[in-house]
This record gives sequence, structure tokens and C-alpha cells, in this order.
Amino acid sequence: MERERGSIIQNIDWITIAIYLTLAIMGWFAICGASHSYIESSFLEFLNPEDRSGKQAIWMGISIFIGIILLCFDKRIYKDWAYIIYVFFIIVGIVTIFVSRDIKGSHSWLTIGRFSLQPAEFMKFATTLTLASYMSRYGFDINKKQDLLASIGLFILPMLVIISQRETGSALVYLAFFIVLYREGMSGIVLLTAISSIIYFVVGIRFSDVLINDVGVSMGHYAVLVLIQIFSLAMVKFWCKNDNTFLTLALVNIIGTLGAYWIAVYLISFNIIVFQYLLITFTVIYLLLKIRLAKEKRNLYAALFIIGSLIFYASCDHVMHHVLRDHQRIRIEVLLGLKDDLSNAGYNVHQSKIAIGSGGVTGKGFLKGTQTKLKYVPEQDTDFIFCTIGEEQGFIGSATVLFLFAVFILRIMQLAERQNDRFGRVYGYSLASIFFFHFTINIGMVLGIMPVIGIPLPFFSYGGSSFLGFSILLFSFLRVDADRKQRA
Amino acid sequence: MATNNFNIEKRKYILGAAVLLVLIVYTSRLFDLQVLSDEYKSKADSNAFYKKTIYPARGLMYDRKGRLLVYNQPAYDITFIPREIKKVDTLELCKALNITREEFDNRMKSIRKSRGYSSYTEQPFMTRLSSEEFAPFREKMYRFPGFYISKRSIRQYTYGAAGVLFGDIGEVSQKKIDKDPYYTRGDYIGIQGLEASYEEVLRGVKGTEMLLRDAYGRIQGNYMNGAFDTLPITGKNLTLGLDIELQQLGEELLKNKIGSIVAIEPSTGEILCMVSSPSYDPRLLTGRQRGENHKILSQDKLKPLMNRAVMGTYPPGSTFKTSQALTFLQEGIITSNTHFPCHGGFRYNKFKLGCHAHGSPLSLFPAIATSCNAYFCWGLVRMFSSDKYKNVQEAMNIWRDYMVSMGFGYRLGIDIPGEARGMIPNANYYGKHYGNYWNAVTVISISIGQGEVTLTPLQIANLSATIANRGTFITPHLVSSIEGDTLPRIYREPRKTMAERAAYEDIVKGMRQAVLEGTCRGADIPGIEVCGKTGTAQNKGKDHSAFIGFAPMNNPQIAVAVYVENGGFGATYGVPIGALIMEKYLNDTLSVESLEKARSIGEKRIYYGEGER
Repeated sequence: MERERGSIIQNIDWITIAIYLTLAIMGWFAICGASHSYIESSFLEFLNPEDRSGKQAIWMGISIFIGIILLCFDKRIYKDWAYIIYVFFIIVGIVTIFVSRDIKGSHSWLTIGRFSLQPAEFMKFATTLTLASYMSRYGFDINKKQDLLASIGLFILPMLVIISQRETGSALVYLAFFIVLYREGMSGIVLLTAISSIIYFVVGIRFSDVLINDVGVSMGHYAVLVLIQIFSLAMVKFWCKNDNTFLTLALVNIIGTLGAYWIAVYLISFNIIVFQYLLITFTVIYLLLKIRLAKEKRNLYAALFIIGSLIFYASCDHVMHHVLRDHQRIRIEVLLGLKDDLSNAGYNVHQSKIAIGSGGVTGKGFLKGTQTKLKYVPEQDTDFIFCTIGEEQGFIGSATVLFLFAVFILRIMQLAERQNDRFGRVYGYSLASIFFFHFTINIGMVLGIMPVIGIPLPFFSYGGSSFLGFSILLFSFLRVDADRKQRA
Repeated sequence: MATNNFNIEKRKYILGAAVLLVLIVYTSRLFDLQVLSDEYKSKADSNAFYKKTIYPARGLMYDRKGRLLVYNQPAYDITFIPREIKKVDTLELCKALNITREEFDNRMKSIRKSRGYSSYTEQPFMTRLSSEEFAPFREKMYRFPGFYISKRSIRQYTYGAAGVLFGDIGEVSQKKIDKDPYYTRGDYIGIQGLEASYEEVLRGVKGTEMLLRDAYGRIQGNYMNGAFDTLPITGKNLTLGLDIELQQLGEELLKNKIGSIVAIEPSTGEILCMVSSPSYDPRLLTGRQRGENHKILSQDKLKPLMNRAVMGTYPPGSTFKTSQALTFLQEGIITSNTHFPCHGGFRYNKFKLGCHAHGSPLSLFPAIATSCNAYFCWGLVRMFSSDKYKNVQEAMNIWRDYMVSMGFGYRLGIDIPGEARGMIPNANYYGKHYGNYWNAVTVISISIGQGEVTLTPLQIANLSATIANRGTFITPHLVSSIEGDTLPRIYREPRKTMAERAAYEDIVKGMRQAVLEGTCRGADIPGIEVCGKTGTAQNKGKDHSAFIGFAPMNNPQIAVAVYVENGGFGATYGVPIGALIMEKYLNDTLSVESLEKARSIGEKRIYYGEGER
């Protein structure tokens, strides 16, 4: 027993621990900055348990203590208990919906005595554990339909529970597990479809009201059609791998598009969108003919992709104006720069940009930020904590945080890659994906690049549950990682 | 399968690249926000910093004997933000402000109609309330949410005199704000009078406090414990040459009459009193009655807000003869012994200009003493036909140069705004009217201060001061010293006229004779050698009564000019008023008889009809 514990200390990845502690300490100072006014400056004030910084310090202590305990468990325990933990937290999550008090419309808090916990934060751990267990099962093949659907079901279930708690933001985090599935061999077309859908949506809506000069057609509509052509050509080139088919289609599409545009602008104005549809129709027919005549079955995917893209774009407009609720549509419009709504949806982001922008290169100094101190940024110690860093530590401080997070995520991916079984790899990638998703969405939102989705920045945002949840995820993975040699 | 696995393993690079891509995009975005753009910094400042202006106290004004004339008094403006008003008991509010329900409604209606009305910003409800008027409102303020108070400083006056000299302060105009960055909307600025001309001295320097304001608009204290605050610098005090008791006496004497009195200390050019009648009590224009009183004053047909002493232009009449004699003497046209005939007036061919009874022929001194018209007409004829000059045009322009050198025809440069030029014609002027067909007789009335010639009462007083000084004057000015500053050079350095001291000595003798045995006998003050000259200026209505004088003859302390519109002979109003002013100033008090005389003059009323003046 003694020998084994010694080996854990030797095998543990101290680099990850070091980055974790650095981020945690920076995060704690950021909370001090966000929750204290100018007047209080004694260091002891920060540890006052009545204050948020004091509470956070307590939670950090608890988390690290629990983390050390987790390091003492055997790796096998994680595997064996995975499903039980999963079922337990799903039940707790469902119970929470009914027993929780209504806090700003959300039903996600479980109050036990003086403590309030968000079970959703621990469901990530449970889901990660279960997914890793399931996918490391003997005979698991991600390309088998049942296996893929069952894996997806494992993280869709907690997602639905959390949506029922009215925490849509936290629920979206579970989409990060698609990254894990991709790494484990899920067809890349799924991700390509997802990414291209987002691009169609953004480009189509953003420029739908902008007209192309001299031609009088919607620039958004036209741009989406051209994008469909480009994506489908890329698919033919890299997926179907038939150079003749690709060359023919490329020639027709490029010459046709440029020619039509030139004629419409300089010679006779006509509806080039209709012509663009003709080109796309030609591409689809050509691909279908190739399938029949040359037995190039892979062309089917390209043809279906094109048809799917057209249907998706057509439904975008419908969704935008008939499916989405007003406040959701406004959020999207504000994000796309179609609306300047500084008093409602745009206020947070506007103020957060001001706070960050006013930090300059070196920042205003610890506790000297005016925008955060004077409460111009709402949620400044939770979802918008990055503002405090931006304002008080400037470009140098906030870029350092970005860099540390990237290194942290890449390091976890590196650890995941060095696992010699699927359980460890899936576990590591789940962890990396969750951190990546939180990082990208939260900071993107604060910088005004992503929509306002209320999810915390790991180790920075105030909140005991999330800090503990992230710590449990990390330490349990480090324990798994420390065991890799012994099991080999 | 092996190749497939290998392909799939390559996906770790795609994922790693995605992480790096996010890092690069976010870092560039940060760089753009924090390093490249300045926009957010200024937005943050306007968010968080509330620059509160601390207004300096405006400079005070004292008279020549150190008596406080103009000082500051706190006043309160009541404002409201329309959106914030909810369920205010209107009746209670009216009671607290001592206004009627009707007034309240009218006020609200006119505010809503006014330019720049916004339901989000502070609207002025009542302005310039005194502490007493404001006290009942302050006690109940908590019951009127949406109403705010702001403290300001307004002017108050110790004496009810010299209103037009002090001028007024009022809210600065947008035009002025655009021109001078010192001002912001709602600041007070001097308008008219000394408040306007000494604005930059009186206003001081504003201080600022950098306050922190949170997202809810609440003040959270000073930024960096006040490291960026600046203290206001109080405006400089002014000491005036004015003797406020003399000013009060002057205003009393001109009561019920239109006219001016200007008294100057000859050696310094300081104005001892400057009365423009009808006058008004400046205290009427403070407090809540200000607006109403201002309306009454500005609509008064007799124009009490106009400073006639510098803005009014009048024919100087016989007081002007002194300047003619000076010109003729200096140019060698006459000597004090030159005699001219006068048989009931000036006759030249068929032209006749009347005069009153006195001996003939007569020399310069009796001519001044008796104010003989013919003497000065002959002087002008002789000058304009003299061989000394090429032609009448040249003579005319030399004459004009003499007049200008005595301060006529152009603004003297007194330190209050609105001064008029008066009128001194030149050869061109007559050329335009008569071509080449004019001579001395054509323009003969200018020699007796009639015709085209007009002067302001200030210029007439300055003539008197110049004679007292025997040929020099310092530009007349109201302010004798600025605290911690020097007066502009023009108020310190004497200006010389074209006539020499010798010529002036003759005029002084003539003016002394006028008091001893001539038209100014009423100006005699026992124990003081007074010099004087009357003036009776013809005009459309009854003659204007004028007088210039100074005393004592050999060490002049005061030079005075009096001008009473439609007052008749110079001796009727001009002489006694001038004498009383000189007596009061030189003796610091009036004798019993003089007091009685002053009272009776003050009570006399001249009827001016219904027309606008």
C-alpha cells in the first residue's frame, strides 16, 4: 500500500497540477477584485467568510482536499462505480427540478443547510465516467449504429434533465461530448455538417438584408449558395477522391459563377441567384449520374450534403421569424450586429467590452478597476469574471490567462493521448472538451464574439459547485493517468 | 483497419489546431480591444467618473471708501425629472413653495413646451429662491420624489443704487459656450455693466472633484482619495472709484427726470459717480421676483435699464464753447484779449443767430462767463476763413482733430460695455451734403455745441476733467483697482489734447468768472473756488439743461457734468445739481441749506409725455 501511494506521487502529472493551481489562484484574486470596493484593501478582508472571496477560498480548500482523496482511490473503482454514480446524479438532477426554489426562473439549486449546490456541475463528472466506461466496453464499435446512438443517449439524457431545470446554457456544455466521439472515430461528416450549418445560418441571416449593388439580390442568399458550391466541391475533392469529377464540376461552377456575376454587373442585370440554383442543380444531377454510371458511391454523400444544405438554409428564415421567441431572436440579432440594443440584451456585452477595453496594455491594477468596482458589468464575479482580469490586469494579464487555458487543455489532450486504454482516453478527451467548450463560449461571450450563454469560466467564476465539479473531474482523471504504467 | 486507426489518430492534430485557433482569435480580439482601440477607455471614463464642478465665489465690489457694494448670496433652484415624479401631492407642493395651483399648472405647461424638454433630464421648476423662501420646501422634500434642489450663488447688493453700472449675471448663452470652453450649460456669466466687462477677473477659476459613480448613478466617493481634484480659485475683488453716497445723492437729485450726472476725479480719471435717470434698485433683480421685475423694467418706456451716461448722445450746447475757445486760442485765431461784437446775436449778411443781453464788444473771459453765442460764431468764422489753411475743408479737419484729441467723436474706452461714439462732423461730411458750397456760416451751430455735434454725458464730463487738468485726461474708468492685478495701461496713462496748458488756463479763468459773475452764479460753494460753464441745448422739445464744472480751481478734486433732458436753462437744473454733487464730494456732507435745496430739486418732476424715450 505504501509503495503504491509513493508511485502515485511519482506518476502524477505535476505540470497539470501546477497550471490548475495557478489558474485557481488567479481566479481567486479576480473574485477579490470583482467583489471588493476600493476602500477595503487589507488582505484579511479577502478571507472574511461573509464575503464572496472568503467563501470561494473555503470552497477551494474543500475542492483540493476532495481532490487529494480522489487521488487515493484505485482506478478500478471509477470503472466499477460509473453507472451507479451516473444513475444517482440523474435522479438527484430530476429531484432538483421539483424541490428547488425558483431563482431567476431556474430550478437548479439544491439547498442543504447553509450550503447550496448545483447538481448539474457534478453530472458532468458522472456522464464523463459513464461514457468512458461504456465506450471502453469490450466489442464497442463507434461505427455501429446502436453503439453510437447509445453513447449519444448517455449525454443527451443529463442534457434534457438540465434543460428541465431551465439552465439551457449548462445543458449546451454536453454538446462538447461530440468532440470526444469525433476523436474516437465518429464520421467527420457529422461535425462538418454542424459547422457548415452554423456558417450558413450566420452568413445568411447577417447579410439577408444587404443587397448586391447593380443586381438587387440579397447578398446573404447569394453568399450561402456560393458557400454550398465551395463546400460540395471540397467534399468531392477530399471525400470522393475522383479528380475527373472534381475538375469537371469545379470548372463548370467557377466559370459559371464568375461569368454570371460579371454579366449581371457589367452587361445586363438579371437574377443571378436563379442562375446559382441552376449551377447547383447541375452539380447534383452530375453527381447522381456518376453514381449510376461510374459506381462512385461516395458521391451520394456530396449530393445529399448539397440537398440538405439547401433545405437547412430555407428553414433558417422560418426558424428565425416563427420558431424563436422574441428575446432569443434579439440576442441573435444583437450578436450578429443587426441591432444595437445597449439597454437589454446588448448591455452586458457592451459594458464588458468597455471594461476590458479600458484595461489597456498593463491594466489599472489590482482593485483599481472602475467599471467592475462600480458594478457596470452585471454578473461580474460569475459569468463575466474575465472582465475584471481584462480591466485590472490589462492585455498582459488576460492574454496570460488565455494562454494558460490553452496550454492546460492541450496538456490534458496530450495526457489523454498517452493512455493505453480507451477508458482513459475517452475520459481525458471528455475533460479537455468540457474545458474547451466552457473556455470558448465564456470568453467568446465576454469579448462579444459568442452569444450570451450563461456558463462559468472554470476556476475563475465565483461558485463552489462549479469549482468543486471541475476539480473532481480533473483529479479523478489525474488518478487514472497516474495508473497507466502499472496496468500496462 | 490499421490505416483507419492511423487516420483517426491524426484527428488529435485537428483538435489541437482548433484549440490554438481559438487562442489566436481571442488573443487578437483582446489586442484589438485593449491595445489598438482608445474608444473603450473614454467610454469607461464617462461611465465611471462624474466630474463635479466646484464653483468659485465671484469677486466682490467695493466703493472708493471700502464700502461693500456687491456680494454673493446662496440661492436655490428647484428642478425635477418628469419621469421620476410619481404621486406628488400638488396642493402640498404649492403650499410649500407658496404658489397657487394655477401658477403650478402654467409653469408645468410652459416647461413642457420649452425647447430641450426631456422627461429624462432635470427641468428647472423655480429658480433663485432665497434661503427663507426655500426653507418650507426643504422640510417636506422627501414627500416630493422626482424633485431636486441645486444650490447656486447669486448677486446681492448693499445699496439700492448704481444698478446699470453693476450690470447683471445670467445663464450663459450657447454661442458663448461654443466660443469659450470655460463655460458649460447653466453657468452664470456677467451680462452688461461691470459684471460683463470684468467677467474674466470676477469669475475666478472653477475647481473639479473627480467622483466615482456606480452603475445605478450613486456617488461612491472621490477617485484616488481626491488626488485628481482641484480647488476653485475665488474671483478677484474690484474696488471702484465710485463714492456710493455721491451716487445715491445723484440718483436722488435726478428723480422724476431723465438725465445723467457724471463726476470724475481729474487726476486719476476714476469715475466718482455715474447716474443715469430713471434709475432702478438693483435689489429688485434678485430672488424669485427677478423675472417679473425685469419684465417691468425692460418694458418701461423711459428705459431705466439703459445707461444714458454712456449710451445717450446729446447736443452739448454751450458747455462745448470751452472746447471752441481752446481750439481758437491754440491755433492763434484769437487771444484772450480779442474782442468780438454782439448786438443781440450773431449777424452775417442775412444770417442771424440770437444771443442774450450783455455788454458789447466783449473779450474771451466775459464771453465764457456770459455764454455769448456771437463770440464763438465769430471765432469759427475767423478760423474757417483764415489764410493759415488752404481752404475751409482743411480748417474743418483741423478743427475735427482738436475735437477728437479731447475725446469726442470716438468711444472714450470706459470699462463698461455699450458706450456710444457721439458725433463730430468733418469736411467730407459736409461735402456730401453741400458739395463745395459751404463755409463757416453754413456749419456755424457747431461752434455753440448744436447742429451735427453730439456727445455722451461721459464725454462732456471728460471735457470738464480735461480743463481741470489743464490739457490732459486719463481715460475715465469705474474700477480703480483689481485685487492682485494691475489696471490696463489705458486707465493709468494720461492722454494729451492738442491745446496747450496756457490756453486751458484762460478757459479756467473764464469758467471761474462764470461762477463769480456769469451764468453759473448758483454753483458757488462757500470756501471753495468753483469753476463752471452752463449749457442750454436746443432740440425738438424744451431745451436740455446742462452744466460742467470742477473744483477747487487750483487743485481740482472733482469734475462734473450734468445733463437733464428738457430741463430748460442750464442754470435751472444743471448748475444747482452740479454744485450739490461737488459740495457733497468735497465736504463729505451737505450744509443745511444745500440739503433743503437737494430735497426740492429731487421732488421736481419733468413731464415727458407718453412717447418712447
